[in-house]
Amino acid sequence: MAQYIIKRLLLLPFLLFIFSIIAFILIQAPPGDFVTSYIAELAASGSAVDQAQIDALREQYGLDQPMTVQYFKWMGNILQGDLGVSLDWKKPNNELIRERFALTLALGVFTFLITWSIAIPIGIYSATHQYSFLDYFFTVFNYFGVATPTFMTALVVMYLAFKYFGISVTGLFSPEYVDAPWSWDKFVDLLSHLWLPALILALDGTARLARVMRANLLDELKKPYMEMARAKGMSEWRLVMKYPVRLAFNPLVSTIGWYLPLLFSGSLIVATVLNLPTIGPLLLRALIVQDMFLAGAIILIYMFLAVIGTMISDILLAWLDPRIRMEGS
Amino acid sequence: MSTNLAPPVSDPQNLPPTGDEAAVVLPDIGRDAEAIYVAPNWKLVWWRFKKHRLALVSGIVVIFIATIALLPEFYSTLPPHESDSIRSFIPPQRLRFFAGDGTFLYVQDVKGQRNQKTLMMEWVPDEEKIIPVKLFARGFEYNLLGLIPTDIHLLGVENPDSGQKFHLLGTDRLGRDQWSRLMFGTRVSLSIGLIAVMLSIFLGILLGGISGYFGGTTDLIIQRLIELLQSLPPIPIWMALTASLPRDWSVEQTYFAITIILSLLGWTTLGREVRGRFLSLREEDFVVAAELIGCGKPRVIFRHMVPTFYSHIIAASTLAIPVMIINETFLSFLGLGMRPPAISWGVLLQEAQNLQSIALAPWLLLPGLAVIITVLALNILGDGIRDAADPYS
Repeated sequence: MAQYIIKRLLLLPFLLFIFSIIAFILIQAPPGDFVTSYIAELAASGSAVDQAQIDALREQYGLDQPMTVQYFKWMGNILQGDLGVSLDWKKPNNELIRERFALTLALGVFTFLITWSIAIPIGIYSATHQYSFLDYFFTVFNYFGVATPTFMTALVVMYLAFKYFGISVTGLFSPEYVDAPWSWDKFVDLLSHLWLPALILALDGTARLARVMRANLLDELKKPYMEMARAKGMSEWRLVMKYPVRLAFNPLVSTIGWYLPLLFSGSLIVATVLNLPTIGPLLLRALIVQDMFLAGAIILIYMFLAVIGTMISDILLAWLDPRIRMEGS
Repeated sequence: MSTNLAPPVSDPQNLPPTGDEAAVVLPDIGRDAEAIYVAPNWKLVWWRFKKHRLALVSGIVVIFIATIALLPEFYSTLPPHESDSIRSFIPPQRLRFFAGDGTFLYVQDVKGQRNQKTLMMEWVPDEEKIIPVKLFARGFEYNLLGLIPTDIHLLGVENPDSGQKFHLLGTDRLGRDQWSRLMFGTRVSLSIGLIAVMLSIFLGILLGGISGYFGGTTDLIIQRLIELLQSLPPIPIWMALTASLPRDWSVEQTYFAITIILSLLGWTTLGREVRGRFLSLREEDFVVAAELIGCGKPRVIFRHMVPTFYSHIIAASTLAIPVMIINETFLSFLGLGMRPPAISWGVLLQEAQNLQSIALAPWLLLPGLAVIITVLALNILGDGIRDAADPYS
């Protein structure tokens, strides 16, 4: 087991290296470098262009040097914990991202917990009561869940909350807590706002997950060991919970690998609609005004989250299923 | 409804409707067995598919939506770009039947009045005036399928010279007719999904096929590439790529760029599927036989192997189209995909992006319903095809 984990962890730097190259290519893709667009923007707003500052920026990121040098300069700064400066916000990126990153993570984990705690009971019920009324109901619900883009759900919820309760459900904090330092009250306030976006996001994942769980469990329920256990007089409830559910979990755990990255990047759209202070809306704005170092830093963070998600799912799977961890050795 | 093969004794229609993983029962082998033995593959798939009634209905819905994508001009009532700032935010006007004076089809006219409290212009139904509507009415001129000049529309005002207008789904901030815009948006959104999937299929079959057929190092490299692409977070990557498209590109250029961007990450699932099929088919007797009688590799692949999993590819791509449609919608919704003056579902929904506009004009959310219906129909259809895809199982 330890060997397997170490093997996976050794792969991590290599993957991140490749991903950082992709992120770098992405932020280089827009025509012209960002200093040029920065100058154009300054000139357009009528403010004086400070040549010394521009030279300093060019120097800092080595914009007059070849691509490879630029990449290593960028990467070197990031490895030292410096994500660069946002030209749009005129602030260090670290400062911009820090708190938003924590909130993104909180929203993701919260959504994940909601998704699993709804989807698994639905999956188990649907499989054990196949073709019952509730099974059909959940099937229909699942189809709609998959077919509705999350931002549509967010828009509709926003509209209904406004129309029938007269409240605006945007943001993650009440106005009085937005700039307040962290305290217990602020945390409680956060929780009271977090559940709604989390629930909206969970809708999509729940539908998929419940379908996977139902299918897996149905496969297991047909197997002969079920007959065997029944013949021995085991109660149905204990039987289902003890064997097939555990086995049906394995493929489900492997879905974490693609679900977590999807969750973090998927929250981006809902966050934009509901105006949540996560890194998603920050990325959107950065991309639109071509604040490329901020965009690059955020894309790198999303990639990092994706890799970690895959890693967690691989390790969990190996822990659950001995066949996988024995494969390599 | 039921095939002539279905035996009356054990009626397969009495079985519970099939979910996505429930087995579909083939016509009883005992009777008419010969018909089944001699039936070509596609016929078996079709018989089996017909049993899944929901999928059949979804198929019809999809065909209907496809005709909208082909002939948006025919289905629309007004030119989609025609704006009239005075007629902004008119609520949807419902189609009504049998007016008092014997008009068969009509809508209630609206009149504007100022809200005394907010001083905003508001539209209320004008009880006295009705606008008679008829099927296949004359309206603005267009070229059917880009070829045949005509001015016939599915719905239109009975008297085109009266200058009357009606808006089935209301109007937006610039007074543009949302129904007509939705029809034109269907063309863009649906075709982006289709083209993006076709590109994905091409890449998927090419690379998945190479990977599965040749194996060895080639397989290893392509598999690692697929794994790498699949572990990338797609949404930020798409956003970064579409944001870097030059702003001065024409609508067509952006359109094709977006389909390419979407399929760049989208081919991997199909690639995996194709590879798996190739791996299992490579050992089959008929492939070995084809190789032994001296068929070249391209012939073995395209003449003997690919036809056996056509239906799987069709199923996989039917399920991939809705994903692409949703992706295009959210990109345009965020202002990174198609941009006005292009019309797509995402562009339409962009009008409903904030609480102010939804509170003022909730009908701006209606294009979202088109997205949901289309995606739902395509998903159910895809599930049905997938279940029917392997008639020998």
